Amino acid sequence: MFAPFILALRAAGVPASITEYLALLRAMKEGVAGFSVDDFYHLSRAALVKDERHLDRFDRVFGEVFKGLESPTGEAPRELPAEWLRKMAEKILTPEEMKQIEALGGFDKLMETLKQRLAEQKGRHQGGSKWIGTAGTSPFGAYGYNPEGVRIGQEESRHRRAVKVWDQRQFRDLDEDEALSSRNMKVALRRLRRFARTGAATELDLPGTIGATARNGGSLDLHMVPERHNAVKVLLLMDIGGSMDDHIRICQELFTAARSEFKHLEFWYFHNCPYERVWRTNRRRRETERPTMEMLRTYGPDWRLVIVGDATMSPYEIIQPGGSVEHWNEEAGQVWMDRLTRHFRKAAWLNPVEQSHWRYTQSIAMLQRLMENRMYPLTLAGLETMARELAR
Amino acid sequence: MREWPPGPTLAADFARGRNVAQFKGTETYVASRELEVAVNAAVALQRPLLVKGEPGTGKTVLAQEIATALGYPLIEWHIKSTTKAQQGLYEYDAVSRLRDGQLGDPRVHDIANYIVRGKLWDAFESEQPVVLLIDEIDKADIEFPNDLLLELDRMQFFVYETRKTVQARHRPVVIITSNNEKELPDAFLRRCFFHYIRFPDRETMEMIVRAHYPDIRRELLREALNVFFEIREVNELKKKPATSELLDWLKLLTIEDMPPEALRSSDSRTAIPPLYGALLKNEQDVHLLERLAFLARRRGG
Repeated sequence: MFAPFILALRAAGVPASITEYLALLRAMKEGVAGFSVDDFYHLSRAALVKDERHLDRFDRVFGEVFKGLESPTGEAPRELPAEWLRKMAEKILTPEEMKQIEALGGFDKLMETLKQRLAEQKGRHQGGSKWIGTAGTSPFGAYGYNPEGVRIGQEESRHRRAVKVWDQRQFRDLDEDEALSSRNMKVALRRLRRFARTGAATELDLPGTIGATARNGGSLDLHMVPERHNAVKVLLLMDIGGSMDDHIRICQELFTAARSEFKHLEFWYFHNCPYERVWRTNRRRRETERPTMEMLRTYGPDWRLVIVGDATMSPYEIIQPGGSVEHWNEEAGQVWMDRLTRHFRKAAWLNPVEQSHWRYTQSIAMLQRLMENRMYPLTLAGLETMARELAR
Repeated sequence: MREWPPGPTLAADFARGRNVAQFKGTETYVASRELEVAVNAAVALQRPLLVKGEPGTGKTVLAQEIATALGYPLIEWHIKSTTKAQQGLYEYDAVSRLRDGQLGDPRVHDIANYIVRGKLWDAFESEQPVVLLIDEIDKADIEFPNDLLLELDRMQFFVYETRKTVQARHRPVVIITSNNEKELPDAFLRRCFFHYIRFPDRETMEMIVRAHYPDIRRELLREALNVFFEIREVNELKKKPATSELLDWLKLLTIEDMPPEALRSSDSRTAIPPLYGALLKNEQDVHLLERLAFLARRRGG
């Protein structure tokens, strides 16, 4: 009955399965949703969507598939009755303030402006007609009655018209490609965990001890095991300065996340493209510089290399010896990239530039090729793909 | 697809066309219609309900309210990073058996004496249907939900030591909360209903506050909500204050008998709000607000 709906959901990337579809049908049969469109929307959402990142997509698909299903009375009334507005204002303003309004041009005039603003807002975007954020520009704000302006809404949020609930798309923020915080970065990086017991035996191995004691005829035989550690080793190479200044915040968060997630984390800086030298502290660059060859010798191929950079530069900086913007490099950037990817078989490039803009920059395409297509956007989804790729 | 075995009570009630207990928001808990639908679907189909949402929006309280609304006892299982799925079923206390063996205790001959029941076992063996809360399932190891698949699906498990199967007398209403620290496996998600508790809008928030403090002064509440939503609009905050923080703060404000004007004159644009410790849990956030207030004062003056 709702098969086209499920198919549309799957096409939009919401992973709804047969099991969930059948659960929805059963719930309908049990009469959970009754005969209300609103309830059906809530029920199908609870049954079919299992991740808040997909809620927005679900809303969109639901709006498309059930387009004709609007309530018979038509759309929610746009025109606010003056009486109701007055009541609303009375609820919000104290008597003294009301008196002041009367003094300053009268209540009706104020309401007139408000109505006008409401009409403007209706024209601007669909779904937003429920709210009017008059903010600082509204007459309310101007007179200074209410510091953040008056919000006009329907009396109870629960009685919104059904059609509008999904049209509001309140879950847009939760979609996968949002900017990320160090917390959800950590979660994404956790995919990279590889637990192993290495080092000194410091923990009591309880099952081992019990087994050994039992075999020993009851006299105690203690066994120890090493602690469990995340054994993944990550080498972080970060582009710094120049065009990267726009992305400092997100790189900082990535750095925080990576530092707390990996026990073996080494980081080095470079500028635009890795050449023969990398450095450890940007401020004291001269003192902390090391040859890249030394870095290659220090960290074995079992380290996972993650390069963070916007890869946005002149193509000469990659293909031409001496192309670097800040010094004379004997060998071209691509030679060094080649060395890096050949030494570190597990490597990835994280790019904070929005993926849809990648094709406009030639150097991004070149580095993408040098990285054998292992360049990922610095978004939650990109980070997860990278972690999955590196964990293989 | 395998059909779900009908539980003895709820499904039978449905079959007879009788109305089972329906979940509605209670006096102290304001539930949106979507939440009610999700809970009722989970109860009717006897599947677990997975609840996610910002911290402090009442995920854990929900289970208590469902238990009260349905009139079932509540069994809580709080998950920590060290919790194993097996601990929810039962644990075999080998160490005390070993000790009893050395002391010559006769109890040692029956292994059942050393099986310690877990929360799931309690929920399954209960005489009446219960609400089982599995709190913060994302705290546990990544494999934890996978280890509970069959148990939550069939509501039964096998005790190896005694070779007995424990089966649920009544399928419990299972509520699972998650703070999104780890992703849950697809196979697990497919067996649940899902609800994401959205952050309440202003009206709902007012209802929530009124449900908790029915006799709070109107002006105070209005000013406090203004300040609260203003703070939430500051984008760079590390931890935005949520419902539980607001309730704590309002309680403090009423205890201190703060006049509403004190809040108005000190909205976050000119100074940080009084008793901010209840709202902001992070010294960087406090600094941020102070800086913003300073800038606003300089612009204004």
